Amino acid sequence: MTTETVPGRAEPRKTRPSSAPFPARNRLRLRPRAGRQHHAGPVAYALLIVAALLSVFPLYWTMVAASTDNTRVSQTPPPFLPGPNLFKNLAAAWEDAAMGQALINSTIVAGTIALSTVLFATLAGFAFAKLRFKGRNILMTLVIGTMMVPPQLGVVPLFMMMSELGWGQKLPAVIFPTLVSAVGVFFMRQYLSEALPDELIEAGRVDGAHSLRIFWSIVLPVARPAMAVIFMITFVHAWNDFFWPFIALDMSNPTIPVALTQLSAGYVRDQSVIMAGALLGTLPLLLMFIVFGRQIVGGIMQGAVKG
Amino acid sequence: MATSTSVPPADGPQDAPADAPGGPGSGGSKDTRQRRRNLFHRLDVGAAPYTFIAPFFVIFAAFSFYPLLYTSWISLHDVELATMDVMVWQGLQNYTELLQDQRFWNAVANTVTIGVISAVPQLLMALGLAHLLNYRMRGSAFFRVAALTPYATSVGAAALVFTMLFERDFGMINWFLSLFGFDNVDWESQKWPAQFAISSIVIWRWTGYNALLYLAAMQAIPKDRYEAAAIDGASRWQQFRTVTIPGIRPTIVFTIVLSTIGSTQLFGEPLIFGQGPNGITGGVNNQYQTLGLLLYEEGWKNYQMGRAATVAWTMFLLLILVFAAQRLIKRLMASRRAPARRSPAPPAPSSPSSSSLSSSSS
Repeated sequence: MTTETVPGRAEPRKTRPSSAPFPARNRLRLRPRAGRQHHAGPVAYALLIVAALLSVFPLYWTMVAASTDNTRVSQTPPPFLPGPNLFKNLAAAWEDAAMGQALINSTIVAGTIALSTVLFATLAGFAFAKLRFKGRNILMTLVIGTMMVPPQLGVVPLFMMMSELGWGQKLPAVIFPTLVSAVGVFFMRQYLSEALPDELIEAGRVDGAHSLRIFWSIVLPVARPAMAVIFMITFVHAWNDFFWPFIALDMSNPTIPVALTQLSAGYVRDQSVIMAGALLGTLPLLLMFIVFGRQIVGGIMQGAVKG
Repeated sequence: MATSTSVPPADGPQDAPADAPGGPGSGGSKDTRQRRRNLFHRLDVGAAPYTFIAPFFVIFAAFSFYPLLYTSWISLHDVELATMDVMVWQGLQNYTELLQDQRFWNAVANTVTIGVISAVPQLLMALGLAHLLNYRMRGSAFFRVAALTPYATSVGAAALVFTMLFERDFGMINWFLSLFGFDNVDWESQKWPAQFAISSIVIWRWTGYNALLYLAAMQAIPKDRYEAAAIDGASRWQQFRTVTIPGIRPTIVFTIVLSTIGSTQLFGEPLIFGQGPNGITGGVNNQYQTLGLLLYEEGWKNYQMGRAATVAWTMFLLLILVFAAQRLIKRLMASRRAPARRSPAPPAPSSPSSSSLSSSSS
């Protein structure tokens, strides 16, 4: 069973009046088999296999190209099977495009951003879901409104700010602007408002626990599955973020996507080495997907209907 | 801060028993300690929520909202990259120049066309894929993860691979086309082939992700709506049109909004597709230069930060314009269709679906 099963869902909670007239339907949908349930026929399978192949093929071919050599890649018909040079090309990409430094940088950047997003999203999500305070609804609307503002629009002043702070070409320049995420706050609020019973918090208060203590010993354990989902999705986004890091960093200190542009820009001529670099930059996330793919899929789907 | 008023009523009964033991019998010091505890408690309950949400708002204000506002201020100045502290007031000159600049209108047009030819097929294919994934079948987890793998690939890696696949002389796509007797296409140097190739990168990366969003929404549609439609004699296709599509409409709107925002910001794909200096200008003839690339070119190649800010601000205006148009169209359509569809349509607001999610998605 995956992590996103919410204990509090056993009895459908009517959080919104609109679902009130259909109690029977709600219960029905809580069964795992609810929804559309035709069996897939051979045509559906065939189409799905084609879709899966299309999804995976460019990555497979990256591996093929990265394991042959430049002359083989430039022949027609192109190679379809892996060759013997994978490790040689990986080593070359590692040296030519600062991939080693980029891997370390990307891990630091994505790790920090994911951790802080999880922490702040859980704090704010808890407050919005379970604490009563003035202006709560307006502030929550504000949070949602911030999702509509593409962060790229502020790059010019951001660039000036960073050079003023002395963070030009340094990792804090790409870490700080993305330390929080409105989507994360929203996701956590939805999750906690259903998964965290009010009685638990009341009990904590009766025992004399202050808010931080309640957060630490009552909220965090309940929020853990949602925290894992937010962590993974934020990590993927931060790892792949491109526009701002490309502006803020240079080749002496790049993240993976920034280093990859160097590969494309003609500094490296060998096509297999370029592909080896692309493979190297993707591999960590692919490994994460192989291990946690189902959780990530579940998290995205969970966020979808709520979002 | 209005802490005293915002203390929830549930607070009262908690205080009472806490007060009782420290009441008349015990010493004065214990009493003050008790009172201090109550004060602390009230302060805690009043201030904690604001403390908990503060980090989000502080960071957003400092690194997103303030830069957004400041962008408009910079756009009214002449600022050079090398001397960023020197700002010369220009009024609206940056805007008038930009509006007369043919490259700007070219970039607007490219952003719109690439946006349309990547978003429309992407969302339609995602709808189809979600429909397929919604069948009961073996290996559904595998297919879902497979559909999402492009999402795990960074723009950089994806664009590098597709650039090679679209290579003129030895690229796999030209090789494939040659099997059917087509001549090699020079994807990069011609306008429409280049835009098509760039769109295909976007489509590849985001179709599976959107499909999962649709799938989640589809699974939240109550089964009895399908049964009712089937009893009425609706074919599968009619069920899809009359039950599935209305049922996931909020999610469709959501994905349209997301991909519209994404389209106006398009940057990495064309940059890398152009392989080097060509990337920033979007090809020798700017044939695939987007607004994102123009912003970068003005700021970091021509060193004109003021003009770059102007481009950023017009991107924002474009976005607002698109959403306004979208709302207008929606309202017009709704007012035209409203009388006809009121009776048969089941109430399908976005909200009731949310409660079912976790169980159906796992």
